[in-house]
Amino acid sequence: MSLVRKQAWVLGLLGLFVALLLITRLIQPNFGVNGLESLARASLPFAFATAAMAVAVIVGGIDLSVGSMMAVCSVTAAVLMESMGGVPAIAITLAIGTLMGLINGTLIVVTRVPDIVVTLAMLFVWQGTALLILPSPGGAASAWMRSAITGSFIIPGLPNALILVAVIVAAIWLPIRRSKLGLAIYATGSDETAAFRSGVATGHTKAMAYGLTGLFSAFGGLSLLALTGVGEPVPGPYLLAAVASVVLGGVILGGGVGGLLGPIIAVFILRIIRTILTLAGFDPNVTTIVEGTIMVGVVMFGAFLVQRSKRQAA
Amino acid sequence: MSDIHPETDDRVPPLLRVGRFLKDNPLIPLIGFLILLIGILEVMRPGILSPFWAGNMIKFAIPLAMLAAAQVLTMLTGGIDLSVGIVATSAAFVTATLTPLIGPFPAMAVAMAVGALVGLVNGFGAGIARVHPLIMTLGTGLIATGCLQVYQRFVIATGSDIPDILEWLGTGRTAGLPNGVFLFLPFAAFILWVMRFSGFGRLLFALGSNETAAKLSGVRAWQVLIALYVLSGLIAALTGLLYLGMIRAPSLSLAVPLVLPSVAAAVIGGTSIFGGRGSFAGAIVGALILRVIDTMLTLARMPEGARIALFGLIILAVTALYVRFTETR
Repeated sequence: MSLVRKQAWVLGLLGLFVALLLITRLIQPNFGVNGLESLARASLPFAFATAAMAVAVIVGGIDLSVGSMMAVCSVTAAVLMESMGGVPAIAITLAIGTLMGLINGTLIVVTRVPDIVVTLAMLFVWQGTALLILPSPGGAASAWMRSAITGSFIIPGLPNALILVAVIVAAIWLPIRRSKLGLAIYATGSDETAAFRSGVATGHTKAMAYGLTGLFSAFGGLSLLALTGVGEPVPGPYLLAAVASVVLGGVILGGGVGGLLGPIIAVFILRIIRTILTLAGFDPNVTTIVEGTIMVGVVMFGAFLVQRSKRQAA
Repeated sequence: MSDIHPETDDRVPPLLRVGRFLKDNPLIPLIGFLILLIGILEVMRPGILSPFWAGNMIKFAIPLAMLAAAQVLTMLTGGIDLSVGIVATSAAFVTATLTPLIGPFPAMAVAMAVGALVGLVNGFGAGIARVHPLIMTLGTGLIATGCLQVYQRFVIATGSDIPDILEWLGTGRTAGLPNGVFLFLPFAAFILWVMRFSGFGRLLFALGSNETAAKLSGVRAWQVLIALYVLSGLIAALTGLLYLGMIRAPSLSLAVPLVLPSVAAAVIGGTSIFGGRGSFAGAIVGALILRVIDTMLTLARMPEGARIALFGLIILAVTALYVRFTETR
């Protein structure tokens, strides 16, 4: 029953996205492959930030430091790419991202301080680290990396950025979800005490899940670098957008429910709303206000759902 | 020292006993730490200590301590207010740009209303929709930033002016002390009164210690939370007014860098981020400690990034120590 409902939620999101695409088309009749391509490209860092946040939320926590970890990864890769090839630089960046996530998770487990407080503190630690690595925007991205996320030549009509995010997230998340670790992540998220008593190493599971969050953040940082071409040490507005997309994507704050597909569709929904507002001729700052209001509204609605399900359970 | 209950004290591990002592008297070790830091500073740069330096330190600690008051009050209920930075900035910007149009006092009234409005939205989200205050205040902060940028478009031509009274408060000195204390002393007395003696303060402590018990005793949590976040917004707006007088250059990110230190000051001062325990006196000492550390880092030529990272580590370390010492969350 709950499985059917979950799939219905994802399908509903997909329907909403298609409807919004049609509205975009109505407002701007020549919105086509190019428009879709630039939408997918701009959504790339948001999609990875959301995937990162979704893993942390599923395991029962939240990671406020996603944006800062992305900034660290973006500047690290930008600095490394000035002196070495793209592939080793990317590998090192991904390793650093995973390491940062593991540090977050280990600190949460060892200090027994709630996730939200630890990652709030780590938000500033990683932000400071990013500023230490690169005090002002700079560095460079290799040319092939920039071209990898543009265009739509692998499959005509489908933007490369979209394929990239689908392949990377699926290649990392699907095997894990089917493995013992995936089961442990969902078990820890639904009820940590019950999972612990059933023999799940909850501490280890949490640390690994946060490591995964770090890995997705690293991809987010790399896509940010590929998008702009420079390493940017000050994180963008990814935190709130990621939380809103996760909630809209059917992952319940509190853990144990939902997947990564819903949140990523939700990212595209939130981004296309921005496109529609821009096409409709709104001031970019007004767009930010509307977007912020929508995101706060979504999070409020999610909190309301959690409250109701708690009341029903009680 | 003869103990009244020697047998219970024997069973308590020494670390936990120290923790309990710190928990009950956070001011004693804090003031000791502050004096120690000032001593280290004097060793680092002999001759730096002077009445002028002390006045300057107090002057810049005041806005920090005021924002820390907003954090202490919200943390009492297990919340936090991350929108204080942008609220203070908005209040300062609105005052500076409206003063040439409608005069200083109406402009300041509008600025305070802005703070109350943001607080009201925060209170609605935290109290009625039950969104985690951290997420909620982050969201309102983002919306307020957008609104401020749009507002800037409309007033870009009017120029700006800073009310004389704010300039007097922010930059003037009386008998070696910054004039800011004339605002801060009544403010601090008010906050201490709210926390120690008012019914509202007791409701905050009650909600933070055990929300279910408080609700069962008839506390209407949503009303308390709305009032709390409106108060927090007003405090932030007032801080913005004072800060405008100190810096005398309104910008769109004036008070934003104060947010993290204000959280750190509250946490260092013994306020639990989990609710139910907090002291504004501690937060004031915490603000002074942060200012001294700031001076040290500046003297040691620490880059901005290291400073931010260090503040984050301080928050984490202090919180982890409290959890470890008191074995409570």
